[in-house]
Amino acid sequence: MTLKSSKNKGTTHLPDNTILAQQPKKRSLRKFRFEDVLDLIGSAASSFAFTWLLFGWLTPLQSTIGFVVFNFFLFLVMYGLISSIKNRGQEIRDRLVSVLLFSAGIILISALLFVVFYTLSRGQLALGNLNFFTQSMERAGPLDPLYVGGILHAVVGTLIQITIALALTIPLGIGTAVFLNEIGGKFAKFVRTIADAMTALPSIVAGLFVLSAFIRTGVVPRSGLAAALAITVMMLPIVIRASDVVLRLVANNLREASLALGASKWRTVWHIVLPTARSGLVTAVILGTARGIGETSPVLLTSGVSSVTNFNPFEGPMISLPLQVFDFVKSPEPTMIARGFGTAATLLLVVLVLFALARALGGKAPGNLTKRGQRAVNRKSAEDQNRIETLMSKSSVIERT
Amino acid sequence: MAKKIRSTSLRDPETPDVDFAEKRQLVQVSDFADKTFAGVARSGGIITLAIMAAVGIFLALRAQAALETQGWNFLTETAWTPENGKFGIAAVLFGTVTIAIIALFVSVPLGLGTALFISEVLPERIKGFAISLVDLMAAVPSVVFGIWGVFFLQANIIPISYWVSSTFGFIPFLAVTDGSGNPLTDPSAFTSSAVIAGFVVGLMVVPTQTSVMREAFSQTPLGEKEGALALGATRWGMIRAVVLPFGRGGIIGGTMLGLGRALGETIAVYMIISPIFEINPQILKSGTNSVSSLIALRYGEASDNGLSALMAAGLVLFLITLVINFTASSIVANSRSGAESN
Repeated sequence: MTLKSSKNKGTTHLPDNTILAQQPKKRSLRKFRFEDVLDLIGSAASSFAFTWLLFGWLTPLQSTIGFVVFNFFLFLVMYGLISSIKNRGQEIRDRLVSVLLFSAGIILISALLFVVFYTLSRGQLALGNLNFFTQSMERAGPLDPLYVGGILHAVVGTLIQITIALALTIPLGIGTAVFLNEIGGKFAKFVRTIADAMTALPSIVAGLFVLSAFIRTGVVPRSGLAAALAITVMMLPIVIRASDVVLRLVANNLREASLALGASKWRTVWHIVLPTARSGLVTAVILGTARGIGETSPVLLTSGVSSVTNFNPFEGPMISLPLQVFDFVKSPEPTMIARGFGTAATLLLVVLVLFALARALGGKAPGNLTKRGQRAVNRKSAEDQNRIETLMSKSSVIERT
Repeated sequence: MAKKIRSTSLRDPETPDVDFAEKRQLVQVSDFADKTFAGVARSGGIITLAIMAAVGIFLALRAQAALETQGWNFLTETAWTPENGKFGIAAVLFGTVTIAIIALFVSVPLGLGTALFISEVLPERIKGFAISLVDLMAAVPSVVFGIWGVFFLQANIIPISYWVSSTFGFIPFLAVTDGSGNPLTDPSAFTSSAVIAGFVVGLMVVPTQTSVMREAFSQTPLGEKEGALALGATRWGMIRAVVLPFGRGGIIGGTMLGLGRALGETIAVYMIISPIFEINPQILKSGTNSVSSLIALRYGEASDNGLSALMAAGLVLFLITLVINFTASSIVANSRSGAESN
């Protein structure tokens, strides 16, 4: 085979730029064109006008929600019609579905935000009084105004219950997750299956279990401890599952590198696996805590309602924030309902703070460090390098002599 | 020659034949710390297993006493009077399932739409924010949804319920009638209904469903999406041809996880409904019940027999949610989108 191309060398054809320049401008593919905006405005205006005519003018229909729903459907029809002037079936369908997806997202997010802000705004009335956080309901009756009584007892109860639950859940949950990932084997698989099954346990059944296994048998009285046990039964599977996922994400070559350097299994877990997964584990625990704090029914069954501040988890009923909400709003008195919303707002704020904490501490994949962590690691490794270099220079000096 | 065939030809035939049959054994020497670690981790696993097993076994044992007295009647009896020895979960189970199905009617379209909206429509800049927002909503305590349902939704939904029942009253389950079949018009007939409870529970489970579905959609291979777009598909065409089939496991799994939570929800339902012990197929009419609110209602007055009757009801609920959860997780794990994540 001879190389034919050697004959044609020296003739490179440059593209004719004049042809390119004559072609029409490239249409941008993703941008929403001006006509599309006009289509949207047009269909919104016409559907609104039509609905307005129907409601109150041509027919005796009248209902705000009916108006909105009818307007929405009419908008879809109008938008489809207007789109069909210029576009084909595929494009029309695409536009209608886009509208539907937008509305689903906006409806859902605004509905959820509405639930939160409704609670916060109705809670303001009670939250405005400082005594709400410094007094209990011991000396306040349902008819007392908002500047008497507060939810100190519920805050104390929640704190004590969640502390006990966490003291049980963190070592057990993370220990089990480590067992599932680092030891493994058939038994570990079985434990994982059972822990997964337990995430399906309805919270009220967990409460019922503690009530009949511990309280009715006389092992533990109705108390904060019993409530904490029920919350633990609820939280444990959640924490195990979340930490299991996080530990599984730790890159295997990190473990192998550590083992290859001669570290024992225990040192690998303690110095490599757990620090790598730290932020994820913190997130798992905090999300579990957020769920545990919000549980109402287990506390209702195992501890019960009280209006007295109780610091002793081993004796006497100890109320928690969600149960206090539930108890307040059962009353028909407006002040009690205001207190209920205030308590709910407090609970919501606690959960928000916990969630923000989880995002700030975790939310990063294993091995990704914060800037500060990165600097610390750099400093450490610079120190190591320094140390090794001085050792080397010393040994080379010794060799020479 | 025979030697050469037996041993693979990587070795130089000139080198003396080393006996490879005797592979060096790798022995992992565990020191004391290692053994302790393994022991502690294993005992953690054992304790966890013991707690979980204790819950299950205890429930089963205590429930057995009640189930033995009732037999299969337990599933068909509507009344709940353990003191007379006559109780069954037909009515409460019917209510539980009704509320959960209504919840799914609210949550699945919203959740699916939002999951697609976040993963396919929203620009990258706000995507992270929307994801955090939805995840945060999954952590909102159910009692907050409950008071919203009681104080806001209840009052605002009655005119709509009334309108629906008077317009579509010819459909049996949308009618609201008294015992003799005459339509009811009094607003109090529309409060505390299964629809209101279902709506609130639906809103409560939507965030969970959305994040499961979105997770599945976000794993769609970029190459396949770009391929569809390059062949001229519109965005919806691409979603229908690539994203939805790929995320089917996530859609089914998310829906069922939401169903499991909806069935087990206690406090929001308990706050909204007015409990009755008969099957009420009219979902807009006041009065329904659920297994978990039955437990919350009766735990205080229950004798030992009553308690084991409640245990039996709780056991049935647990078994149902268990089956649903396992089906969901196996569907997610066996689907294309879940293959890597699990």
